[in-house]
Amino acid sequence: MVSDDDVRYVARLARLKLKSAELDRYSRQLSGIIDHINKIAELDLKDVEPTSHVTRLENVFRADTPWSSVSQEKALLNAPEAEAGAFKVPQILEAGEQ
Amino acid sequence: MTGTATAGNLLRLSALDALELMRTGALEAAALTDAYLSQIAKNDKIVAAYLRLTTAEARLKAAANDAAPAADRAPLAGLPTAVKDVLVTEGVITTCASKMLEAYNPIYTATSILKLAEAGIVMLGKTNMDEFAMGSSTENSAFGPTRNPWDPERVPGGSSGGSAAAVAAGEAIWALGSDTGGSIRQPAAFCGVVGLKPTYGSISRYGLVAFASSFDQVGPITKTVRDAALMLQYLVGKDPLDTTSVEHPDVINLPQDKDLDGLSVGIVSELVGEGIDAGVKKVFDQAVKKMEAAGAAVCETSLPHVEYALPAYYILAPAEASANLARFDGVRYGFRAVGALADITEMYELTRSQGFGDEVKRRIMLGTYALSSGYYEAYYGQAQKVRTLVVEDFERAFDQVDLLISPTSPTTAFRLGEKTGDPLTMYKSDICTIPVNLAGLPGISIPAGLADGLPVGLQLIGPAFSENMLLQAAHSAEAVIGFDAVSPLIERAD
Repeated sequence: MVSDDDVRYVARLARLKLKSAELDRYSRQLSGIIDHINKIAELDLKDVEPTSHVTRLENVFRADTPWSSVSQEKALLNAPEAEAGAFKVPQILEAGEQ
Repeated sequence: MTGTATAGNLLRLSALDALELMRTGALEAAALTDAYLSQIAKNDKIVAAYLRLTTAEARLKAAANDAAPAADRAPLAGLPTAVKDVLVTEGVITTCASKMLEAYNPIYTATSILKLAEAGIVMLGKTNMDEFAMGSSTENSAFGPTRNPWDPERVPGGSSGGSAAAVAAGEAIWALGSDTGGSIRQPAAFCGVVGLKPTYGSISRYGLVAFASSFDQVGPITKTVRDAALMLQYLVGKDPLDTTSVEHPDVINLPQDKDLDGLSVGIVSELVGEGIDAGVKKVFDQAVKKMEAAGAAVCETSLPHVEYALPAYYILAPAEASANLARFDGVRYGFRAVGALADITEMYELTRSQGFGDEVKRRIMLGTYALSSGYYEAYYGQAQKVRTLVVEDFERAFDQVDLLISPTSPTTAFRLGEKTGDPLTMYKSDICTIPVNLAGLPGISIPAGLADGLPVGLQLIGPAFSENMLLQAAHSAEAVIGFDAVSPLIERAD
């Protein structure tokens, strides 16, 4: 069972703001889904290794050679707000903080 | 051909047939592209397969193809192609059917599209999908649903519903989709076309907007199995920009005309019982009989843990999604909420709450829950172990048989709105396809027949990197099944 408080907590972690009607609906729907998911608790998984990669690929290396990347101009092309060649966001630091 | 070519004829051509006609000069790429563009103009107001058309570029590319001498043409030159809007295209807005990316103008192009473009395809446009590929009906698009060309009151499946509907409606000769839990195969089944999910790692994911990175795979949606093999030839390969991609061990062949002698096929017993519609089961059984008559040795094979695949998937995929979609924060690209913002946290929260749709938020929260302190081991850790059990089930099965088969989806295309109120019911639409993604295996859906006038898909599953055997068997099965119906929208074009 997922309570409204659980949903509020998870939404906060995920940086989502929910209206109260949404809280109610999501806690009902997530409860249903999690009930179904809990089915895996039936299994005895003590001696089972978790899958880390399905085709069992391990460490992929490449030569450490420099190559050209995206230009600053291109990188800022889709920025919601940009200034002086940088992404602009609401103020993070209080006055006097550094 | 030119003398007898009706619009309907051009819309029925396979990609291979069209290439042959263009090679001999009997068909011009411009005429082929025009036939598809006019079918779009006529029908896409209803079908809504496309989010954006690239008509002018398509006409230019087709004309350039016709101007070049036949010997100088690229191998796939002139083939009118639809591309799922989850693959980024430089200079062409790419939305993932989300308000979050409504105005996103990518600064690079996905490797899979670059490869097909180099091979000469003509991109007609970008197709509709469930937002960020999360869904099974294309109803989760922020820009409205796509409708099934066989019956506009029904969904085309999802999440690659736009791509499958485009091929079924004669609005593309073939299409690109992506498959995380069935998103190529289930819509292909609902729309009566072929859909291939290749082995994980076969095709670069670079430029495929990430949903669940350990499951996501690009693949073709086509009219025939041979066309799927043809497109796959140009898609496979290791890409330094996707470190999970590998060189396919085989050169991909075009399947040949032959029977199924010597092929052993296992029916997945857990996927033909309870929960499968009677109409689907009947069409499936008939297809199996035809495969047997063509020489296949068919038996029942058990995948004992397959019932745990859906719950494990709905832990792992949302967990990966919640991490992948953290990048949508209103800072570097995409939507940002406007108005008085107290601080950066409020900017994040309003941006994500307004930019994401319902299902995306649901999965982000589900994934965040499964990864949160106190639940991580019980959910994520255990689900990765269940994944191992599913992988081992398949390995044991492939010790006994060459291929596994099942229906692609338990039902035919359902009505719009029928399952939107209950997410879990919607998730169960992928019960036959999800186990294949958990194990990273190749799977293909081919049309098996009609139930009450709606297409039914037959799924064939092979061991990792067995695409050549899988495609050969699917091609032979396609021939003995003999499905030759097309959607009413193509019939009406004659």
